[in-house]
Amino acid sequence: MCGIVGLFLKNEALRPELGSMLTDMLITMTDRGPDSAGIAIYGDAQDGLKMTIQSDTPKVAFAGLEVALAEVLGAPVTVKVLDTHAVLSLPDGTEAAARAFLTARGLRIMGTGHSMEIFKEVGLPKDVAARFGIRDMGGSHGIGHTRMATESAVTTLGAHPFSTGDDQCLVHNGSLSNHNQMRRVLSAKGFVPQTQNDTEVAACYISSRLAEGANLGQALDGTLQDLDGFFTFVVGTKNGFGVVRDPVACKPAVMAETADYVAFGSEYRAFAKLPGIDDARIWEPEPATVYFWER
Amino acid sequence: MQTIDMATTPLRELNAMLQAQAAKTNQTAWAIENPRGAHAVAVGLDAPIEVTVKGSTGYYCAGMNKQATVHVTGSAGPGVAENMMSGTVIIEGDASQYAGATGHGGLLVIKGNASSRCGISMKGINIVVYGNVGHMSAFMAQSGNLVVLGDAGDALGDSLYEAGLFVRGSVKSLGSDCIEKEMRPEHIAILTDLLARSGADAKPEEFKRYGSARKLYNFHVDHAGAY
Repeated sequence: MCGIVGLFLKNEALRPELGSMLTDMLITMTDRGPDSAGIAIYGDAQDGLKMTIQSDTPKVAFAGLEVALAEVLGAPVTVKVLDTHAVLSLPDGTEAAARAFLTARGLRIMGTGHSMEIFKEVGLPKDVAARFGIRDMGGSHGIGHTRMATESAVTTLGAHPFSTGDDQCLVHNGSLSNHNQMRRVLSAKGFVPQTQNDTEVAACYISSRLAEGANLGQALDGTLQDLDGFFTFVVGTKNGFGVVRDPVACKPAVMAETADYVAFGSEYRAFAKLPGIDDARIWEPEPATVYFWER
Repeated sequence: MQTIDMATTPLRELNAMLQAQAAKTNQTAWAIENPRGAHAVAVGLDAPIEVTVKGSTGYYCAGMNKQATVHVTGSAGPGVAENMMSGTVIIEGDASQYAGATGHGGLLVIKGNASSRCGISMKGINIVVYGNVGHMSAFMAQSGNLVVLGDAGDALGDSLYEAGLFVRGSVKSLGSDCIEKEMRPEHIAILTDLLARSGADAKPEEFKRYGSARKLYNFHVDHAGAY
């Protein structure tokens, strides 16, 4: 099954509530997939690069990291540890060196960008959200996922969202049937999936199309031609939020829009606590139809 | 009027109360508050009671209904009135996919749009949709009637048996073995009755009728070599 939620705020005043709203939405979707959960959240854009990293042994792995990384890069960095994850702030232009250093140290890179932070772990949404303190996070938009695994193992790296480009992330309900073929095609283009998961291939696909100059709508539209299988995708970019369902559309989806926000849920239950939901425009996204919002 | 608040009453307790109503109960009017998209609200009812669900429901609302009238003031999730046997289910808003699936009897009225696979494998239920229906509606529908005041999506009536399909708007495409058919007086009579019972503002003459070409589910001697 899997459960997806997404929230794109139109009203700036709600920004401090984003983490709390997304957390409540995701918890209602727990019984659609209790294996693992994750949230990507777009906070204030900052100068320099944000990089979210993960370790199964954070106490050891993150100890002394700030000093060691600053020494290697020859520039000051900050490391904000949140449970098994840490969000690094790096000067622009140091990404390649930082990646090499962090990977050699056995750390996993979950995502990079100027505003996106990404947190995912094995466990129930309520526990995962609590471990990272998602409720206290503000931002402009975010997407969340609770997973019932089908195509790859229940691991941190198999959890959604998948990020394969700066400030880009994707969550998926469904399963892809041509992901091995697409993995080869995308790898040849330089977009190499890091896991055996089908969804990561879809994330790489979107990243490759955006890199080729497509806008978010065009990239999402491309999934209808190039990806085979069942899917409802929700995608986040630095300033955008998009949704697309495959033509058969058996994976559920519902959307709500008010003057304050656009919301996505696998089920209406996810919206029940949102402010003004009783007066929201609520609809089911049409099959094979792209919806996206950008600011 | 019995009022049950789902914010404080567990779903199973609610359904057990409703299912316990006898044929001659004097508690005939029920209101359910704060459904908040819950699954399986008011399922398996078997008494002539009237249940108003104030809000929107999740999966399988009013499934397996017998005798009861279930009225949802919001929208309904997937599988509303699935396998209904008799009674009436009214949705003021939209219905998600496979509304009225496999229904044997009764009347399902959707005042908004219905999504894909509306009336899939229907077996005698009557379904009236004020708005549009999505793709693959009335797939393998066996009997009963699907009335659509708006438009129908792709592959309407694919692999159809003997259900009657009536569409006022456009049909994006017909499914395999589904064809447009002549509207005869007996069909006008069926439509007149269903439109009146569902409170729909439409004239029977505005509809086109679709039905089975009967080439797929009947043995055809020309196909003997295929077996």
